[in-house]
Amino acid sequence: MAELAAVIASTHHPFYHRASTATGADRPPFADEWVAKIERFRETLTRAEPDVLVMVGSDHFHQLWLDNMPQFLVGKAPFFDANFYNEEREFGLPRMTLRGEEDLAAHLLRDGLDRDFDLAFSNELRIDHSITCPIITLRPQADLPIVPVYTNIFAPPLPQPRRFVALGKAIREMVESWESDKRVAVIGTGHLSLELGGPRQFGEHGPDPEFDRRAVEWIASGDVEGCLAEVSLDSLHAPGNATHGFMDFMLMMGVAGEGAKADHVDTLDLFHTMEAYFTWYPNGVPGEAASA
Amino acid sequence: MSRYLLDKFLYTVDRDPELVERYREDPAGTVAWWEAEMANRILNCTADERSTWLAFTEDERRALRQHDHVTLFQMGAHPFLTLTLFIAMFERDHGPLEYQKAYGQAMAHLSLPYPDIST
Repeated sequence: MAELAAVIASTHHPFYHRASTATGADRPPFADEWVAKIERFRETLTRAEPDVLVMVGSDHFHQLWLDNMPQFLVGKAPFFDANFYNEEREFGLPRMTLRGEEDLAAHLLRDGLDRDFDLAFSNELRIDHSITCPIITLRPQADLPIVPVYTNIFAPPLPQPRRFVALGKAIREMVESWESDKRVAVIGTGHLSLELGGPRQFGEHGPDPEFDRRAVEWIASGDVEGCLAEVSLDSLHAPGNATHGFMDFMLMMGVAGEGAKADHVDTLDLFHTMEAYFTWYPNGVPGEAASA
Repeated sequence: MSRYLLDKFLYTVDRDPELVERYREDPAGTVAWWEAEMANRILNCTADERSTWLAFTEDERRALRQHDHVTLFQMGAHPFLTLTLFIAMFERDHGPLEYQKAYGQAMAHLSLPYPDIST
């Protein structure tokens, strides 16, 4: 069976690419600290030596639209082109092409349907910055095949938070039951408190630092039940109007498991939003002998 | 009121570089053309397989014609779509992040709960 080599949850900040590559007067004052944190975070994936990446993200009205909106979708294709004109325009993101892992995608679809997740699928999916941002931060050589899993955190009506957690648990079980000798990392990106297009956007910090503090604690300690007790579709409006992206973090808590303490936790307080990075090693920290 | 149609306008303009410029330079003409030609186009169907029933209210037309992002927000247009398109049109006229901050400041009088954006 396949091995779950690492579970990684992250914010996806589309400005990272531009900030990290800017030089001279264009380089923002926080860029060096940000790059240093990202490089440490990247090392947590590198040392897990993954062969395949399951990438959980959310389309931002690029290919998926309101005339035909899936709640959860798995991409099954040999290749995934990536990034769109408006992401080049606003964020300077490069066009990319990633390979797909169709055998694992087919397994997630079949097994997921049999577990009562009515997953949509796409055989021609252009992925956006919710998946390419973590490729750029965590695996910039973009050399590993992926299985994209899209969730709807964007276009209400949305699935309930508990459904995200349940899908995360199922993804873990399905990865671990995949008949393969591959090492799989599951990487998902979402948001902490975030406001887009509303009065609280682009402030000195994220719109709700107290929510961010609690959210980091829930994730870092694996407090799935505590998080579910506090978070609802209604409550997520309060920290910021785009905070439903936090449900992708909840999905990743489901992958990591109840009570699973993250092996790597880091944050960076930026204008507009807080960055947060988490890595779990379900089978022990690579390089540290479990039998020692 | 049709939040869906407002969103469809913002979405289809935002993804097309020529339409972004056209809407910036000629908002009234673009809104009129779009409602006549594009509003009933089903995006994943051939041009002949059109819908028959989609139209703006006069208030919606006016908000779009006036580039009035505050009213669009109050109508429940998807804030991500509005923000992305308006940054594309107007960020170029301002210093770094100046436009984004002013955009939020223009809505400082609004408080929770925000308008429903479901479609």
